[in-house]
Amino acid sequence: MQKFVLWILVFSIVLPGTAMAAASAYGDKIFDAGGLGPIDSKLLVSVNQKAPDFTLPAVSGNPISLGQYKGKKNVLITFIPAAWTPVCSDQWPGYNIAKPLFEAHDTILLGISVDNLPTLFAWTHEMGSLWFDVLSDFWPHGQTAQTYGILRSNGTAERALILVDKQGIIRFIHVSDINIRPDLGMIMKALENLPR
Amino acid sequence: MRKCLVLLLFLGFLIPGATGLCEPRNEPLKMDLDFSLPAPEESAHRRYLGLETLDPFLLNQIQTKILIIEIFSMYCPICQREAADVNKMFELIQKNPNFKNQVRLIGIGAGNSAYEVNFFKETYQIEFPLFSDTKFVIHKKIGEVGTPYFIGLKPDKKQGLEIFYSQSGEIVDPEKFIEMLVKASGLKL
Repeated sequence: MQKFVLWILVFSIVLPGTAMAAASAYGDKIFDAGGLGPIDSKLLVSVNQKAPDFTLPAVSGNPISLGQYKGKKNVLITFIPAAWTPVCSDQWPGYNIAKPLFEAHDTILLGISVDNLPTLFAWTHEMGSLWFDVLSDFWPHGQTAQTYGILRSNGTAERALILVDKQGIIRFIHVSDINIRPDLGMIMKALENLPR
Repeated sequence: MRKCLVLLLFLGFLIPGATGLCEPRNEPLKMDLDFSLPAPEESAHRRYLGLETLDPFLLNQIQTKILIIEIFSMYCPICQREAADVNKMFELIQKNPNFKNQVRLIGIGAGNSAYEVNFFKETYQIEFPLFSDTKFVIHKKIGEVGTPYFIGLKPDKKQGLEIFYSQSGEIVDPEKFIEMLVKASGLKL
């Protein structure tokens, strides 16, 4: 009994300590999964190769394909692991105010999560009004993430950024430690390095 | 021993609940304020803080009677939404002759790189000094609070700095907030 109580005590004190900074905007709705293994997948794409095309349902309504931007816009695909979790819930609101920076590089964003559309609808509405499309890679579950080699063994995606130029070629890949939000400065540097 | 463990168990559940994302307002907390910040590059900001050199400085080196710290994040929707209100608070402080040289405001970007802090500053035209806490070092010391978070400090001869106020969430009304904060300090400015 004494050992059992001790274990519970340890968990009750240690687990909350793993929380990252999350905006109070979501109140107590954020699920803290604690510290996770940094990367849990094997990348299947590389820089300078053609980006695998995909068509996914979007929160905004119509399905969206990567290919529809070919010849028109650079595309930064931002995969996040899961809705309603601490780091993910902050990442896209940051990109939301950075719209002018992306526009300056003729780049649009596509946010992708393996969550289903209703979940993504509710979650992104808590963020306010996002200027970019959010797509659901829910079914077949994580197929797009799998194609890119960033589907984790628990069915969530990595926190990954894939920058595709107007020719449909991958120019930058960053698979982040899932617990860490990638630096906006690093993204801007990648955009500056895009071929003109 | 068993009673002691049960009590500890109860506290273990209770305390994290009080320090999570939804802290009650005006709950002064024990925080580790023993950290240094780099001197701002802008000379106007160094003058504002009463710093004479470019060396890193401790909070208790800031020349002020009341120091307000905003823990923010460029990524936090509320911080974005209320940036104008925090700017208004700064403006009110600067316009009030009783507050101007006795109340100072700084912001610390939790988990924000220098680039991100600068982007936030430029986006919302923030005039008070902002600092980067890229790796959450300061954020951990102050208890991993949610953002935005406001801390009111005043000099204390024994402890160096006394936390007399802390608040999670929006300031709502800049004028009322600054009045309330000064009142809470117990100082006559």
